[in-house]
Formats: sequence, C-alpha cells, structure tokens
Amino acid sequence: MLDLRLYMLQRITALIMIPLVIGHIATMIYAIQGGLTAAEILGRTQGSVFWFLFYGSFVLAVSVHAAIGVRVVAHEWLGVVGSSLRVLTIVIALGLAALGLQATFAVTLA
Amino acid sequence: MSSQKAERQLKVSVWRGADAGQFETFEVPQHDSQTVLDIVSWIQHNADPTLSYRFACRVGMCGSCAMMVNDEPRWTCRTHVNKVARDGELKIGPLRNLPVVKDLATDMDPFFDKWTAAEAHHHPSADRHDLMAPVDMQSADRVAANTAIECINCAVCYAACDTVAGNPDYLGPAALQRAWTLIKDEKDSGREDILAAISGTGGCHNCHSIGSCTQYCPNELDPLSAIANLKRETVKNWWKRNA
Repeated sequence: MLDLRLYMLQRITALIMIPLVIGHIATMIYAIQGGLTAAEILGRTQGSVFWFLFYGSFVLAVSVHAAIGVRVVAHEWLGVVGSSLRVLTIVIALGLAALGLQATFAVTLA
Repeated sequence: MSSQKAERQLKVSVWRGADAGQFETFEVPQHDSQTVLDIVSWIQHNADPTLSYRFACRVGMCGSCAMMVNDEPRWTCRTHVNKVARDGELKIGPLRNLPVVKDLATDMDPFFDKWTAAEAHHHPSADRHDLMAPVDMQSADRVAANTAIECINCAVCYAACDTVAGNPDYLGPAALQRAWTLIKDEKDSGREDILAAISGTGGCHNCHSIGSCTQYCPNELDPLSAIANLKRETVKNWWKRNA
C-alpha cells in the first residue's frame, strides 16, 4: 500500500514544506506588527513572482504529501484497495493542487 | 487455612469456535506460581477435552503458546496468572491478526508466509568448499544484528501490531526484524533481494512506529528500531541509486 517510492515522495515533500512553513510563519509574525488588512496583504503579494513560486511550491508539496497520507488512512480505516485507492489518491492530489494553485494565482499573478 | 487457599477459584473466559464463536466460562482452581498455560491445560484435562490450543516447550523457547490474555498478546507458558488476573477473572483468546483454526489455535500460515515474502531466510554467500566467513563479534554490524537475533517466532508482536490489523498486506514486525538481522549478517549475500522485498507495498515503510511490537515482545527485543533501521537503509540505498 505504501512502497518505497510513495514513502520517499511523502518524506521529500515534507522536507520541501519545512522551510516554506517557517518562512510563512516568520513573514506572518513580521507582517502583522501594527495590524494587517486584506489590502496590505494583496499589496505585498500581487504581481509578485516570488510569492507565486513560494506558495505555489508549497501547494504542490502539500498536494502530494497529503494525498499519500489520506491514502494510508483510507486503506487502513476504510478498507479502500486497488484501483479505487489509486484513483482516490490522484483525485485528492489534483483537487488540493487545483484549489491551492487557484488561490495562489488569485493573490499573486491575477 | 491451606485447604481454603487451594480452593480459590478463577473465573476463566475462553474463546470457543473459529473466527465465529463465543467465549465460554470455566471455574478453574487457582494455585501459586500458576501460568496461563497451566490454566488452559487444566481446562482441557479436567473440564473439556475438546479444547484446542498449541504449546510445546513450556519454558519460553519454542514460541508456540502465544495467546491473547485479557486482550493483550502474551507467551502463556511464562505468564503468571497472579500478574494478569483481575478480580479473580481471566480472559483467554486466540492471537489477534491471524485466522482462527479452532478455539485458541490460530493458523500461523500468513505469519510465516510473510517471513518468506520478506526474504527473511539465509542467502548463502559461500559453499562447503569455502572457509567459514570470519565474524568479528565486536563489529558495529554484528552488534546491531545481535540485538534482534533471539526471536522465537511466537507472533506476539504480529498480534500486537495495529498496522497489521489495518493493513493485512503489511509484512509485520517479526519478518521485518529478521530481514534486518540478515542485512547486518556478514554470511548473508541477499542484501539487494531483501531490500527489494521489504520496499514493496507491504514493506517496512507502512510501519507507523506505534511500538506495540517492542512493548509486547516477550524476549524484550526491539522490532520497532529494527524497522526504523530498515527504513534508513532503504532510503540510503534510494539516494545512492537516484542521486
């Protein structure tokens, strides 16, 4: 159910997320000094290729990482197996990527 | 007073039937230094000769007599009743995670099939014309393997494992721990085969590190660490092949 390839994918995506999460939290702490409005956030992020790549890579890493995690839960707790399990994993990965990239695109490059 | 002591009765619930079945209650005289296996044997000798169970050595060497005692897997020949009975009651069932043949006897085939699937057998590196491979008992690999070689195949860890319960394809702690000892064995030439066997869909990467195997192992071995070491070994191998 979880072979070496999926295990490595989940671990590598976790490694990618670590600096991005730290960067996100550090930016939040820095940015909210003296209050924060939606306009201020958008002012910082809109038109920024850097923030698109920052959150875009986070979204992709999360999509792969979470889909593999949910795959394990679905198999062990709900008994999902075989091609259903494969389809479920892919649907969750693509769903998370679509939602996340849409949001990322909306606040950066749109 | 001594006759009163001998008349102490233990209320014992024992699983009867196969996978479908129910618990049957027996009154068993309780004695000092009595083991759970003594209780099961007493029931078969004195109350119901049709009770099925499995044992051989009675001294904790053969690994045959493991059962669920009060819902926890234990080697029954080395488990004192005094330590596990609660309010004069005891519940004895067949090992978890294995099909039940009858009563307290489980079908061990899935357990041993997984040993084979994990390549957990000796892969000869020399033939009879070669000299014996020298083994340095102080080498790091030997010391690592030594921590895991005293497994008696009792399947207590397998019954304790929640990952096996949720994922029937998972090879389980015993087979993986044996695979780990072979990887660290200078006389074994099956390293690549073993790494491939334990990297598949039922392999070591399914372990959630819950640690019931290590907690319940009657020989106080540490399959949890052996599996963590296997994960490390496969990851190192993966980087070497892909980097």
